[in-house]
Amino acid sequence: MAPEPPLLTMSGITKSFPGVRALDGVDLDVQTGEVHCLLGQNGAGKSTLIKVLAGAHQPDDGTISWRGERVTLRSPIAAMRLGIATIYQELDLVEHLSVAENVYLGHEPTSAGFVVRGKDAKASTAALLKRLGHSEIDPARLVGELSAAQQQIVSMARALSHDVRLIVMDEPSAALDPDEVDNLFRIVGDLTAEGVAVVYISHRLEEIRRIGDRVTVLKDGRAVAGGLPAKSTPTREVVALMTGRNVEYVFPDRPTDQALPEPVLEVQGLARDGEFAPLDLTLRPGEIVGLAGLVGSGRSEILETIYGARKPTAGQVLVDGRRLKPGSVRAAVRAGLGLAPEERKAQALLMLESVTRNVSVSSMSRFSYGGWLDRGAERDAARKATRELSLRPDNPSVPIRTLSGGNQQKAVLARWLLRGCRVLLLDEPTRGVDVGARAELYAVIRRLADEGLAVLLVSSEVPEVLGLADRVLVLREGQVVHTAPARELDEHRVLDLVMEGSPAS
Amino acid sequence: MTQPVSPPRDDTPKVSPQAEPSPWRAVVARADVRTLSLLGVLAALILIGGITKPDEFLDTRNLQLVLTQASVIGVVTVGMTFVIISGGIDLSVGAIVALASVWATTVATQDFGFVGILFTAVLVGVGCGLVNGVLIAYGAMVPFIATLAMLASARGLALQITDGKTQVVTVDGILDLGERDSYVLGIPPLVMVFAVVTIIGWLVLNRTTFGRRTVAVGGNAEAARLAGIDVRRQRLYLYLLSGLCCGIAAFLLIILSGSGQNTNGNLYELDAIAAAIIGGTLLTGGRGTIVGSVLGVLIFTTITNIFALNNLQSDVQQIAKGAIIVAAVLVQRRTANTT
Repeated sequence: MAPEPPLLTMSGITKSFPGVRALDGVDLDVQTGEVHCLLGQNGAGKSTLIKVLAGAHQPDDGTISWRGERVTLRSPIAAMRLGIATIYQELDLVEHLSVAENVYLGHEPTSAGFVVRGKDAKASTAALLKRLGHSEIDPARLVGELSAAQQQIVSMARALSHDVRLIVMDEPSAALDPDEVDNLFRIVGDLTAEGVAVVYISHRLEEIRRIGDRVTVLKDGRAVAGGLPAKSTPTREVVALMTGRNVEYVFPDRPTDQALPEPVLEVQGLARDGEFAPLDLTLRPGEIVGLAGLVGSGRSEILETIYGARKPTAGQVLVDGRRLKPGSVRAAVRAGLGLAPEERKAQALLMLESVTRNVSVSSMSRFSYGGWLDRGAERDAARKATRELSLRPDNPSVPIRTLSGGNQQKAVLARWLLRGCRVLLLDEPTRGVDVGARAELYAVIRRLADEGLAVLLVSSEVPEVLGLADRVLVLREGQVVHTAPARELDEHRVLDLVMEGSPAS
Repeated sequence: MTQPVSPPRDDTPKVSPQAEPSPWRAVVARADVRTLSLLGVLAALILIGGITKPDEFLDTRNLQLVLTQASVIGVVTVGMTFVIISGGIDLSVGAIVALASVWATTVATQDFGFVGILFTAVLVGVGCGLVNGVLIAYGAMVPFIATLAMLASARGLALQITDGKTQVVTVDGILDLGERDSYVLGIPPLVMVFAVVTIIGWLVLNRTTFGRRTVAVGGNAEAARLAGIDVRRQRLYLYLLSGLCCGIAAFLLIILSGSGQNTNGNLYELDAIAAAIIGGTLLTGGRGTIVGSVLGVLIFTTITNIFALNNLQSDVQQIAKGAIIVAAVLVQRRTANTT
């Protein structure tokens, strides 16, 4: 099929966000009827790339050709019209509408232009579901009543209800059990046999071997390999491509003499049904313990449960040997825990407020007498705490929203520093932080540990966990599958552990 | 969002610190601009009043009347401003004022004299606020629904107590406060109460941990919770505060009208919300000022007065108020977008 132009050619796609260059000249070409796998670690730029392809993001630079013709995807609708459908990992269905209404949302079959022909929609939805091998889903049921796997089928039916030539699937197998994955692969096979192309994103190498034709590997916003044969490229080579550093992170040295003080934090059999299995963990002052795992492995849930933001279904958390009231953030904060959450803007920052107020919010009683604030003392304390972390700009009265991601993160750390916190829970501390600013943040975290803080670090960036932590717990699907000192692990080993196709049992 | 280092999904346009050397100053300047523009509107209204009805509008008695009328709704608005800044809403303020005013003026209450009336009005207000607060903070009810239910029941209870009749106050101490003799330096006592409530409200919002927590809860409730703030208790306190303001307002209304009626405080909720909104309080929470709200109240009361003096009917007033709300919000959106 040499003379036929590729179905899709993306070349030199570049996309920057404030502080981050998410895509840096990425090329991707997709042939009619192939399964093209997109591989890369968290943060490599996969999501941004498919959002560009779906018309949800406009690239800063680069060109997109569709069946040999140059196109601009101004909006998701424009992409849809060409025949590009995207099934996102977070499904975008309306729970309170029926299956058929969801499938035909926005392009309902109508009489006289506006009267929805509900019966026709139901009948054609039923046909689509049958084609997908799920005729048991009733088109009249509400989507909110369906399982995650069934909802995914509905999403797929919606994609197929358009005249689709290319389907992008973002980690479609993440929410599925093995039988359902088999069905998914059968569907993918049927689609490609009909000439539809599939861009398939997954963390699981094994899946890519099973259904992929070619693989493009993204790394730090660049395509480090394009169009490798999916079945014959050695695993070692693929992993090396995914992990090969463009930017060398500089990690601070670990302290050599490890005296072992009494543990400050003890987690005993802590569990939440459906999120993570019983977990045991001890944390000593001066120690950084890392939790490595993929998105959905239960990392954030574990941190939030320790912190009391979620109520455990079993187990307990002890600080200095005293049991914390379960499900109480205030009890945790009072005992000396501090959390720098994953979604900094949504969970940590008061975006309308100044740096000072963001830093002082957890320690207001220290600057107040009978509820009356001493704003001078507050400002001085906030200034001291932010200076200690070299927060820029050196003026805590600026609004926090004007700060870069790294400095916003420092403000969150300063909040807990000011509070006098003893156990710091860090959830993806470098998310949204410039590569250049990371080393500084790593140094800050290590210094805080050296000063006696105990740090529990969650990151999906394996090198970050390995470089920063003293001890690493590897998580897969809510279970700790491996525990070892960081210096006994390397990136390949951890990636092998987190990417094994099936849950450890 | 599935990837840790992928770009931040940013709702607010991000400004690099270099591009804007002193953004905080810009924020302060903008707040001042807002206050100044409200003052400008008020000045323009006074000018219009002075031109159309020079003798009547600028008469001392009329100005005293305007301020007195503003006092009742003004006290309610101070409480409402706190609630809205926290991201909530209190639709029941008018009904609470009605209930407090009739409960405090029953024959049985009036037997206890001045203190009995004051005490009852405040207690009923706080009691209703407590019910609102518990339902919202600990019953996880949406503020809109909980206070809507309170609106209906408090009005119903007020009607039941009065049977639709006006309850005339016979306690001299109360009636005296409405007389001109009680004015100090020409300022009616009601206006002084309003001024005190405003000053206390300003201090609490800007200088206390309570005010700070209110703003934090309204700005980002999840972040406030994860920072260790007891968000639920704060919400409870806020509805208590709003109820307290309603109780005080009810007492002022009793002085002003010399009676208690179940129709008192009609549509106060809308007036108070509107005043807070044109004063620059974000209905989504996290930002607002007492000064802005009070200016909003004064603007609305002045319009009502000018329209009445010019014999324009209340339907025209309502239309004008609606137009002002829309204009104020559009102007604020514009100033918010330019930074």
